[in-house]
Amino acid sequence: MHEIVEKPLLRISTAGSVDDGKSTLIGRLLYDSKSIWEDHLEEVSRSRVNRAAHGPDLSLLTDGLRAEREQGITIDVAYRYFGTPRRKFIVADTPGHEQYTRNMATGASTADVAILLVDARKGILPQTVRHATIAWLLGVRKLAFAVNKMDLEGFHHEVFVRIQKQSEELLATLVGATASYFPISALDGDNVVEPSKRTPWYKGPSLLDWLENVDAEPASDGPFRMAVQLVIRPHLDFRGYAGQIASGTIRPGDAIRIQPTGTPARIKRIVSFDGDLDKAWAPMSITLELDREIDASRGDWITAASSTPQRARRLKTTIVWMNEEPAREGAAYLLQHGTRITPVRLARIAERLDPATQTQVRTNELRLNDIGLVELETADALPFDLYRENRATGAFILIDRLSNLTLGAGLIESSLDDEHHSGSLHSSERAALFGHRPCLIDLSERPELAPALERHLLLRHSHALILENEDVPADFLLDAGLLVVATTPRPEAAVQASGLSSDPATAIAELLEALHHAGVFALEDDYVEGEGI
Amino acid sequence: MSQLALPHLRYLEAEAIHILRETAAQFRKPLLLYSIGKDSSVLVHLARKAFFPGKIPFPLLHIDTTYEYPEMIEFRDRFTKEIGAELRVYTNRAAVEAGANPYDLGTAKCCHLLRTRALVEGLKEGAYDAAIGGGRRDEERSRAKERVFSFRDREGQWDPRNQRPELWNLYNGRVDPGESIRVFPISNWTESDVWRYIEVEKIPLVPLYFAEPRQVVVRKDTLIPLEANVKLLPGETPVTETCRMRSLGCTPCSGAIRSKARTAGEILVELSVFRRSERENRVIDHDQEGSMELKKREGYF
Repeated sequence: MHEIVEKPLLRISTAGSVDDGKSTLIGRLLYDSKSIWEDHLEEVSRSRVNRAAHGPDLSLLTDGLRAEREQGITIDVAYRYFGTPRRKFIVADTPGHEQYTRNMATGASTADVAILLVDARKGILPQTVRHATIAWLLGVRKLAFAVNKMDLEGFHHEVFVRIQKQSEELLATLVGATASYFPISALDGDNVVEPSKRTPWYKGPSLLDWLENVDAEPASDGPFRMAVQLVIRPHLDFRGYAGQIASGTIRPGDAIRIQPTGTPARIKRIVSFDGDLDKAWAPMSITLELDREIDASRGDWITAASSTPQRARRLKTTIVWMNEEPAREGAAYLLQHGTRITPVRLARIAERLDPATQTQVRTNELRLNDIGLVELETADALPFDLYRENRATGAFILIDRLSNLTLGAGLIESSLDDEHHSGSLHSSERAALFGHRPCLIDLSERPELAPALERHLLLRHSHALILENEDVPADFLLDAGLLVVATTPRPEAAVQASGLSSDPATAIAELLEALHHAGVFALEDDYVEGEGI
Repeated sequence: MSQLALPHLRYLEAEAIHILRETAAQFRKPLLLYSIGKDSSVLVHLARKAFFPGKIPFPLLHIDTTYEYPEMIEFRDRFTKEIGAELRVYTNRAAVEAGANPYDLGTAKCCHLLRTRALVEGLKEGAYDAAIGGGRRDEERSRAKERVFSFRDREGQWDPRNQRPELWNLYNGRVDPGESIRVFPISNWTESDVWRYIEVEKIPLVPLYFAEPRQVVVRKDTLIPLEANVKLLPGETPVTETCRMRSLGCTPCSGAIRSKARTAGEILVELSVFRRSERENRVIDHDQEGSMELKKREGYF
């Protein structure tokens, strides 16, 4: 077997303005690392469109579609593959035009590092700022500034130093980002694969050298998170939860919790086609068997018991809008987070970020390629981590219910519940999280029904308790959002148990009906009405 | 910091399994397009892993052009039976009965009828809403922009200008009745990844992939193995060459290459010095510049 000790696969996103030479650079990396097939190269050389003065036009290798070849621009995200004995690379080649922000965000969403093309003659442009900001927003922390067309500037050291200086202001705004700089000529190959003799003042590695050695942040760090994709149940004695680990590691015996219910369990086995595993880590796809029968299914997360995610229905998010039809305040969509799809409403569009100037503009709609700060309300409470802490559990997409199109990509910035009411929840938020409003029920006429009613309420995940002591005021329990079943007379109670059926089961049904009638469980209905669908 | 990493082949495997599971979970009636070639053999292997200890929860569909090598059909029937997979076969009967063949129609038209049309009809007839294929982005330039979940309209057509954005590993598979999604779990694999995986996982393949002395004719620098359906053109004489197929298709249209590689490991060594793409020996891809993009728009895999 040829097991070479290799670095893990590196995903690269590239961005650049029109004519920065991005496609030429990628063509050069592919060509010089011998990842281009000769017949593809010959097809390119034969092509009617060739913008290179001499030799094959390397940019044609990566500009795939007919329209692009004819217009000489890249219009979509194209993925390229190349490898060296040390490492394999996936390059997302993303276009630099203003109207294609969405493609840049797409390429950056899975990238470990971003290569930012800078034209040595023009320096840092608003476009460069835009690209760096978008890559950073989507979680890319390692930025490589490829200062291209150095040949046209005579490979002067001062040009390179000036651009490095120019970028410092930009970097100061991108918290946690680190930058590396390369003086290159994509056309001639200087410092792309081999160090160039034409830049004696440059002592750093070639771009490829850097790509081969840079460390990506491994997703195996961080707390265990896995979205349940499906339940594998080939026979009655086996129930396996299948998913791809989003972050962290897991071992048999580990304590976990199902989210959003919070149900605890332990890992019994990590099952695989090749035999049971004694350890698994991100981004492996695995099947987990738990030590007890619990109710978990697609849409739920399995998380470490020791470090659980936040949970909220109201979220502050950054959204990259990707559709021609603008996003408007109050609009209802579907939100896909992990493997869960839930209705969502854009409660407030606060502002739009101009990534080229890094300024915020007040707005109440987002147009194609806008990036905005948006407050959301979801129908189901979502278990989540902040995007900047965990890309997998902090990301979501928005889908149109009618056209089924993917409309936008979202990054969770914070829980609004926590931010506005640090420490104490607002009663409406608590009601939303509990799934019911607080209510006092006077059961003094039929106190024997209290245990059965409590059981019924708990079974439907309501938060209920029985209050037998007449001296205890119910107020503080109601403030805590609870359903209080009092067995002593409470004239102030919203639900009075009078005239109930003598049959206990019927009486319980009548009580539940009365609670519905009092609007105790009306939250979800309200919500659906609010969507206008 | 624990610094646990996953070797790149295991990364690709985990990604593909995630995509296969999403397909099984999101669609009402998915299927796996099984061409008997190395890429679909890898797909089937990944599907066995994805749903273990359960069975593959969707059928395998083979579009039989009737021009396949007999060894392929024999392998197909034996292998699918062995692993307990459900096999469906679909042929464009009307076109076959009307005598469709590459000599009279030309390769482009023949391929359109026996592969593209057959596939679109087959999917429609079974009301399948997702078809999993072994397409890889490194095969051809237009494939580089294909999504992992790639939308097809009611006519099975692809619109490269209007694709759904695809971010992170969140795949949107929502479709209306009649529409469908083509799913490409090994999008991010290269030809050598496929061979390395076949070697490491010991995946069985049709023997045509491995070198042996075979009766061939040399046609436009391509070796065409002599099979029942291959007609000799004027001036052609059969010769014996030690060769193997790099990519499998119909007998008249897929060529072999001179090679001595008899195992996946030997093929990998050969690949490391190769400078030409595997599809070069597929006559259909070169009908005109950008011809793969045209075929894909019409519904070809």
